[in-house]
Amino acid sequence: MPEGNAPSEQVKLSCRNIWKIYGSQPQQFFDGTKGNVGDAPAARGLAQNIRDSEHIVAAANVSFDVHVGEIFVIMGLSGSGKSTVVRCLSRVVEPTAGEILMDGQDLLKVSKSELIEYRRHKMGMVFQNFGLMPHLNVLDNIAFPLEIQGISLKKRREKAREIIDLVGLQGREASFPSQLSGGQQQRVGIARSLAVEPELWFLDEPFSALDPLIRRQMQDEFLRLQRELNKSIVFITHDFLEALRIADRMAIMRDGEVVQIGRPVDLILNPANDYVKDFTNDVPSEMVLTAGDIANASRPLTPEMGHISADISLATLLPYLADNEAGIMVRDGNGNDLGAITARDVVKALATNAPEGAGA
Amino acid sequence: MTDTNKMQPLIWFALAGLSIALFLVAGSVPSLNDFPDAWVLSPTDFMNSMMGGFVSIFGPAFKAMGWLLEWPVRWSQALLEFLPWSVTTAIFVFLGLIGSGWKLGLFAGLSMIYMALIGYWDESMNSLAIVLISVPMAVTTGFIFGVMGFYSNRARKIIVPILDLLQTIPAFAYLLPILILFGFGTTVGLVASILYAFPPMVRNTILGLRAVPEEIIEAGIMSGATPAQLFWKVRLPAAKKQMLLGLNQTTMAALSMVIIAAVIGGTNDIGWEVLNTMRKAQFGESLLAGFVIALIAMSLDRITHAFATKPKEIVRTGPNYWVIAVLVIAALAALSTVFPFLRKWPEALLWNPAPTMNAALEWVVINGREWIEGIKNAAFFFVMLPIKIGLNKAVSPFTWGFELTPTLTLGYVGLVAAGMFWAAVKGRFTLAAIVMLWGVVSYIGLTEMPWIALFAIFVYAAYVTAGRNLAIGTAIGMAFLIIAGVWPESVLSIYLCGVAVLISFSLGTLIGIWASENNTVSSIVRPIMDTLQTMPLFVILIPFVMVFKIGEFTALLAIIAYAIVPAIRYTEHGLRNLPEHVIEAADTIGCTRRQLLFKVKLPLALPAIMLGLNQTIIYGIGMLVITALVGTNGLGQRIYIGLGNGDFGVGMTAGIGMAVIAMVADRMTQAISRRKQEQFGLVQQHI
Repeated sequence: MPEGNAPSEQVKLSCRNIWKIYGSQPQQFFDGTKGNVGDAPAARGLAQNIRDSEHIVAAANVSFDVHVGEIFVIMGLSGSGKSTVVRCLSRVVEPTAGEILMDGQDLLKVSKSELIEYRRHKMGMVFQNFGLMPHLNVLDNIAFPLEIQGISLKKRREKAREIIDLVGLQGREASFPSQLSGGQQQRVGIARSLAVEPELWFLDEPFSALDPLIRRQMQDEFLRLQRELNKSIVFITHDFLEALRIADRMAIMRDGEVVQIGRPVDLILNPANDYVKDFTNDVPSEMVLTAGDIANASRPLTPEMGHISADISLATLLPYLADNEAGIMVRDGNGNDLGAITARDVVKALATNAPEGAGA
Repeated sequence: MTDTNKMQPLIWFALAGLSIALFLVAGSVPSLNDFPDAWVLSPTDFMNSMMGGFVSIFGPAFKAMGWLLEWPVRWSQALLEFLPWSVTTAIFVFLGLIGSGWKLGLFAGLSMIYMALIGYWDESMNSLAIVLISVPMAVTTGFIFGVMGFYSNRARKIIVPILDLLQTIPAFAYLLPILILFGFGTTVGLVASILYAFPPMVRNTILGLRAVPEEIIEAGIMSGATPAQLFWKVRLPAAKKQMLLGLNQTTMAALSMVIIAAVIGGTNDIGWEVLNTMRKAQFGESLLAGFVIALIAMSLDRITHAFATKPKEIVRTGPNYWVIAVLVIAALAALSTVFPFLRKWPEALLWNPAPTMNAALEWVVINGREWIEGIKNAAFFFVMLPIKIGLNKAVSPFTWGFELTPTLTLGYVGLVAAGMFWAAVKGRFTLAAIVMLWGVVSYIGLTEMPWIALFAIFVYAAYVTAGRNLAIGTAIGMAFLIIAGVWPESVLSIYLCGVAVLISFSLGTLIGIWASENNTVSSIVRPIMDTLQTMPLFVILIPFVMVFKIGEFTALLAIIAYAIVPAIRYTEHGLRNLPEHVIEAADTIGCTRRQLLFKVKLPLALPAIMLGLNQTIIYGIGMLVITALVGTNGLGQRIYIGLGNGDFGVGMTAGIGMAVIAMVADRMTQAISRRKQEQFGLVQQHI
């Protein structure tokens, strides 16, 4: 998203040909292949083959990279395998085949105790239904990962207090999870996952259990936090609009396979197939179209005009244009002026992008 | 199923016909009516010699173990004897206060003072001392097996059937092998109560650990917990609540077994006091002592339950009661060295209302004699006898006031035929067949039924309700009862329990329906049920035996008093916890209250009500064994005799027989409930 820190090109986590098969003998399909069974059609063929032999394919040949500071969203409907994939990344679910490289180190090759060290210091996870310890109050829930590390009570509570301020839970330290609203509980979940200052942050449908209004608010706060913390994030959701709002890049999954990976705008402008297109149909144009897309080079530029970058969405632009009849200048990343936009241009663009029958 | 459905009426008709035929020819071929003694292969000698062999090998080991186990009991008895009554009372007051509030604190305190006041302090403490030792041991045992059962499927497959067995074998039957293995002494009560009390802990441990949400486990894993940390810091604390409920159930079971163990005698505890006074017909004393048991039970139940369900406090408000408790108790301990009345309850303050009570009871029994006898005889002549020995024998000038003439018999046949005809006209042939069977059994009487016919009826009933496997199981179980030579006793037990269950269930269901529709009734019935359920079994006997003396009728009333509780509870619970949207839909359609109840609620609550029937039967059987104390003739009596004579074979055969009946009844009613539930797509409800 435009407001964020620009994610770097450095790869933090690389997920290569991950397979997760359930059944009596899942290993039989991957003799020494590390999950790399060839090109996409070959993988699809194998997946079908596995299904035919009475095994369940939860994840099939999933590959993607997460860059440092990037929000990578995995979007899919229930049963698409997205939750399995995020659990494979931390080996809470053991992948059947593939490689998971964190800073170049294959996590699937590390020992149990090394893995525990990774989880203790480098990873944090937020759960859909919060996963809070019912017997601990807010403060101790947040300090729980530190307790597991054997950090003294005083130190871990001190650390937990810092994070409580970060997520805005001051005053609720002594409450128990059952006494909190869903939104508050998830703040605790977020705070807990941040307590160890992880480099990798996994969020498994963190806002799906919340009411729409709260969900929106939490998304905003999540983005604010990320601007501050600049973590490398894998975010799971079934909500396409949520994915659009927060993703730097996203993957769409279906039946355990990745259908398409790209920036949200790429998916909308160039959907890989009808399945992806079905999602994009409902997306409001003003959220997708950017200033660059409709910048009008023939409009006269005046010095008193403000200017914005080309990747700002029209939705963000609307309030400004409502008050400034003259319009606004659009500049690309290299400082070149692409043209100007007025309210009229926006209306026109939205009208042509509107569904058929709305009148052009 | 369609085939069996078509066949059903035919087979029921055939069974009724078989019963008549066997009954008619029984005069000339007696072996068709009663299983001939010559064919009996009694396993008692075999069992005794097995047990004898076992004891001769392992006896010393058990004796040594018993000797070891006796020490903690002695210590705890010595401790409770040593503690001044004021200190022990204060401990209970504070436990109640901290667990729940001043009401429970007051209740616990008054209960303790009652024990001192009435002069049963030492006996009460002796019982409590065994509970104090057996509960931690049962909890530890239960916890270990529970954890094993949770982690290993194989372990669970072994553990759960053992629990089922331990919980269906009647309490009395436990005592016998323990008595033989460990010899006389307090150890018997201790071991029996551990064995009887640890199964609920196992179940609750497994249940609690399983119910921890997957996400909480994953959160633990993601925090980098090692497997050990995951267990001690995540699973266990998250399952704590359920396990504390297990502790509550374990405590109650332990207490109830400690009380029952008093029948072996020789211990100076409160259970023995009740039993002994009851035998001597000192009902005032018996009731007073029984009241002590009830008070101990209620206090322990409320206190453990309060701690199990205590909500978490955000910030402690008010004073720290633990600190105050320690201070007060220390102060009382110190003061009691100076003031003896704080250490030992002064003789002058003892209160013994027993003689007055006995006099009052005598007055009631003498003056109300006609009434009491009237009720007893009416129930006995018109309900119990006909079911027991059939109209054929029960109707006589002495009982009913007239002879069962051939004309009357013909009239009876006509009545049954009319019932069959009515059912057949409605197209319900199975019902018609069952009416006929009912008519036949009522005429012949349950205990007079030819054994082959009864055997066939039970097996077929098991087949119809639960399928082939249970039919085979029933056949094997019944065959055991017949061949082991305890068939007549078994039928007597089935008869008494059957009558009691029938009455409990019909009455209980009605009360349950009423309570579900009327909040006042519900709030009156609830505390009565809670009390009856926490009451150790043989305390329930006391009031009935006081008024109606010993005998079957007293036993019947006691069983009903105990077994009616689940019938009421499950009915009310089932009716009150139906899916909201169904009720709303029915309301919107315009159901009247009556229609709502009969056309919507009752059919939907049927699985829960059937589960209530299941529990009613289990409770009934549990109480049935205890009623051997008031002179019923059935398997319970055999167990009691076995216990009295130290005859392992006799007691165990009867105990297994009881367990067979309990299990068959349990599986049958559960199968009905489950089928209904699956049909409605409902989730099983647990209370």
